[in-house]
Amino acid sequence: MNRINQLFEQKKESLLSIYFTAGYPDLNSTVDIAEALEKAGADFLEIGIPYSDPLADGPVIQHSSLTAINNGMTIKVLFEQLKELRSRVTIPVLLMGYFNPLLQYGVEHFCSSCKEVGVDGMIIPDLPMYEYEDLYQEYFSMNEISNVFLITPQTSDERIQKIDELSNGFIYLLSSSSTTGKDLNVSDQTENYFSRIKNMQLKNPTMIGFGISDHTSFAKASEYANGAIVGTAFVKILEKDHYMEQIPKFIKELKG
Amino acid sequence: MNYQVDEKGYYGVFGGAYIPEMLYPNIKELREKYLEFIEDPKFQEEYVMLLKDYVGRPSPLFLAERLSKKYGAKIYLKREDLNHTGAHKINNTVGQILVAERLGKKRIIAETGAGQHGVATATVCALKGLECIVYMGAVDIERQAPNVARMKMMGATVIPATSGSQTLKDATNEALRDWINHPTDTHYILGSVVGPHPYPDMVARFQSIISEETKWQLQEKTGKSTPDYVLACVGGGSNAMGMFYHFLADEDVKLIAVEAAGKGVDSGESAATTLLGKEGVLHGSRSLVMQTEDGQVVEPYSISAGLDYPGIGPQHAHLFTSRRALYVSITDDEAMLAGMELSKLEGIIPAIETAHALAYLGKMKFKEDDTVVVCLSGRGDKDLDTYMKYFGL
Repeated sequence: MNRINQLFEQKKESLLSIYFTAGYPDLNSTVDIAEALEKAGADFLEIGIPYSDPLADGPVIQHSSLTAINNGMTIKVLFEQLKELRSRVTIPVLLMGYFNPLLQYGVEHFCSSCKEVGVDGMIIPDLPMYEYEDLYQEYFSMNEISNVFLITPQTSDERIQKIDELSNGFIYLLSSSSTTGKDLNVSDQTENYFSRIKNMQLKNPTMIGFGISDHTSFAKASEYANGAIVGTAFVKILEKDHYMEQIPKFIKELKG
Repeated sequence: MNYQVDEKGYYGVFGGAYIPEMLYPNIKELREKYLEFIEDPKFQEEYVMLLKDYVGRPSPLFLAERLSKKYGAKIYLKREDLNHTGAHKINNTVGQILVAERLGKKRIIAETGAGQHGVATATVCALKGLECIVYMGAVDIERQAPNVARMKMMGATVIPATSGSQTLKDATNEALRDWINHPTDTHYILGSVVGPHPYPDMVARFQSIISEETKWQLQEKTGKSTPDYVLACVGGGSNAMGMFYHFLADEDVKLIAVEAAGKGVDSGESAATTLLGKEGVLHGSRSLVMQTEDGQVVEPYSISAGLDYPGIGPQHAHLFTSRRALYVSITDDEAMLAGMELSKLEGIIPAIETAHALAYLGKMKFKEDDTVVVCLSGRGDKDLDTYMKYFGL
């Protein structure tokens, strides 16, 4: 049982997860931001590994990724920085990244590095289920790393069942099929989709992400899932001067 | 040996569909239906009719006598430059627009580098009355103004890709992002043998008309359907795959793929992916990718906008590692000279992409009775500006 499983055992409602890009806005800001987010009340964190071609991301995270790469962020540098993670941060931490940089680092090596520094899970949007199951799952299990899959309104029930079987942390529900950074537009269709998933009684907890930017959308998402994930709206805070001082206020307003 | 895609979408270790969940339903739909569509006699009837009456196929196989004399072999040119819109790209867009129609899609998106695939997509969308959106790197829009105008005349919307290096790679990212944001009504007409399965196989099948015709044309002209050598240029690799396709099983036909070395393979400004790339994942498939040690995709360079892609189709990666085809590279300077040479010797101005394949003729040793086919993938009209600047014309 890793920190993610323990968290969902203890708390089942209105969990807040925050995404930010490693090495942005400054190369060495990663752990400082993580610590500030825990202090401000985030329940867990997703730290993005920057990639040159982030095809599921909108302009804000494209920009933070490119800046982080230019700042000198690499997977090796990130794991160096994360050596002090567990002396400063106690909440669960996931890494979110595209597959190619992981492949170059070595997936097995990557999973063991995660365990060493105390990372609890991974979100790899472009690693398909089949390849995960066939080639990589054993490395994740061996190191107790949860692999989190995405679901969209277009994902079939059959596929959702399969995802539920393969998952061991939580399932990431996309509010709509979109790249990151679009506004949440809760239509009847969206509510039907959220309800459909809720009624499937999956064994894994669910978190809603994409388009969650303020208290209203956070509260709405929390009605249908165990909580919600905020990415782009938080990365925009990091674009500002004195961003560290704004983190407590941002989290407080989100939680309402 | 098998060089075609297996049931899981792989060519050896290359291929697959490394896509986010948002694209899964569209890719699954395409994967389940493309063969059924293509093999349907009604589809074939319309495809063959359009290739004949609209594209102008079969494209001629021309014995280039003065070129042959210079290099000491019988050199045939497969004249894809004579197709409607001036390149091989339209073979694929005609096929995919028929697929899109059968899928009931109303909105077509495409990426383009030099603009040839964008023009070929805008063309078939006009033909079928479908909405067309083409993503093109902001830098390429500046470089290829006439092709932008052609797309606009045919009713397409051209959207500049302003992310990253603002060239083909980024245009492809933008097209994929558009598809993620339009999950139900849109078909993505990918222009090369790259991307998630089934694109590499589907595009190869539509381009395979090139080698299918070459075989019977050679039979007619020489009494033998196979040549000794087949040459084609490679960026993503669609004209080369079309040119190789029906010769893959004829193991005594030597296949030569010519990449762009740019300013030289060691110059840091190159697009020779098989030499400089490593196994990786780009735009949804596992293949050879030019990248940093940390797995960031690097920007390739070539004087020809159609070859500066940091990857290569997964089937090419398989042909390269299994050594079925030989992968070589040609510099900007060598290609420009070869373009000028063909113009002077045969009265044909080739695209600079194509000129890379022609340039390799000078590096080969032929026996007098060797038969060689070069895929003349496109005409050079779009490159006049570059030729003028390079040669001070």
